[in-house]
Amino acid sequence: MGVLSFLFSSSLGRKLVMAVTGIALIAFLLVHCLINAMVLLNDGGQTFNEAARFMAENPFIRISEILLFVGFLLHIAQGLYLTFDNRKRRAAKYTGNPGNANSKWYSRSMGFLGTIILIFLVLHLKHFWVVSRFHAPHALGEITYANGDTMENLFLEMANVFTSPYAVIIYVLGCFSLAYHLLHGFASAFQTFGINHKSYTPIIASVGAAFSIIVPLIFAIIPVVMHFGIIK
Amino acid sequence: MNINLKVWRQRNQNSEGRFEEYKVQASPDMSFLEMFDVLNEQLIEDGNDPIAFDHDCREGICGMCSMVINGRPHGPKQGVTTCQLHMRSFSEGDTIVVEPWRANAFPVIKDLSVNRGAFDRIIASGGYVSVNTGNAVDANSILIPKEVADEAFEAATCIGCGACVSACKNASAMLFVGAKVTQLSMLPQGQPERQARVVAMVNQMDAEGFGACTNTGACAAECPKQIPLSVIANLNREYYKAKLNGK
Repeated sequence: MGVLSFLFSSSLGRKLVMAVTGIALIAFLLVHCLINAMVLLNDGGQTFNEAARFMAENPFIRISEILLFVGFLLHIAQGLYLTFDNRKRRAAKYTGNPGNANSKWYSRSMGFLGTIILIFLVLHLKHFWVVSRFHAPHALGEITYANGDTMENLFLEMANVFTSPYAVIIYVLGCFSLAYHLLHGFASAFQTFGINHKSYTPIIASVGAAFSIIVPLIFAIIPVVMHFGIIK
Repeated sequence: MNINLKVWRQRNQNSEGRFEEYKVQASPDMSFLEMFDVLNEQLIEDGNDPIAFDHDCREGICGMCSMVINGRPHGPKQGVTTCQLHMRSFSEGDTIVVEPWRANAFPVIKDLSVNRGAFDRIIASGGYVSVNTGNAVDANSILIPKEVADEAFEAATCIGCGACVSACKNASAMLFVGAKVTQLSMLPQGQPERQARVVAMVNQMDAEGFGACTNTGACAAECPKQIPLSVIANLNREYYKAKLNGK
């Protein structure tokens, strides 16, 4: 641990933890988004439920889930520490306000955006993760499809949650915060890794911007279309 | 032109500061510091305490002038220091808010003058190369590719003024340290102390009370010498490499 103690003691080490866990969470978002997008196939949730069953039963995914939780906790704890610690470094505040003249508002608001995402995350875990992992057997309800396959109906759980307009609003707000959080975080992680070069930094920035818009947009569409019964 | 000023006045490091309002008649061709000279002459004539502010070369190379002007270090223009900023960049009747660099690591000495000794201590911790004394070595005996020399020079244009710290929402000194580490790590003379240097400088930077970098880019946007954000990426690389080598 001695050689790695800088990850929790030096300013550069702490930043590295944010970047490594951030990229891991981005990878998770990609998988999560691809599975959610199956809802949009409008096949009564069959493909989505099959994917959910695969995710629930695959041992590799189960182990990854533990790593994911560690990643989340590190990212949240280190992020909160850095936000409050950095704020203390200028005890006397400025009166003049440069506005957005030298930086983007969302790059200065990562702690705030992250907190909104954290509140959303707690609610989101309660809605789906707790229900699908810790429920009594068959509590979710099962569904048998035309091909004779019987499985848990997580799709129905989604439909139930999104009947509430409040849930839909909270999910869409969560996705907005996620989009802006990613808009800074994606490219910022590469800068932290020391990857900055005039030939490929613009590519990272473009891929990051596309990811930050497309992924939260797909996440946000699902509660809306389910609420209005476009997908059922 | 008639200018209204709100200037931060603070007797010393331990006293409470406050804004004072002044009116100045300035020519559009005056530099921002010359406008302050005019104001100070007025204050002295009226028997008041003149405003303390840092300045030296007044041609943008010494790194002494500071001043946060309407919330922006060195004022609204890109790539200039306060001494190179002219009153023609403002309009008749403008009210301009002038504050010192604000960071715990840069305590106010008086009014607009702050103590940037933290930068000196960071340099003393590793921002140098050790050479044997004796006859001067012929400069051309060490071959350095043109691109490397250019990049090292770009980083070396940092004048250590502290605008990066003053612009950063975390009062982080990474652009300054990144520039110094980049300059020395690229050149052959900097190799022997390369890994020990970056660790020592980062440790000193943290000990001085500067914040951590969150990659907002405000430092590079406000740097009067336009040091690019890539020097911080390079600082990260150098530091992680040294750490992996157990430094």
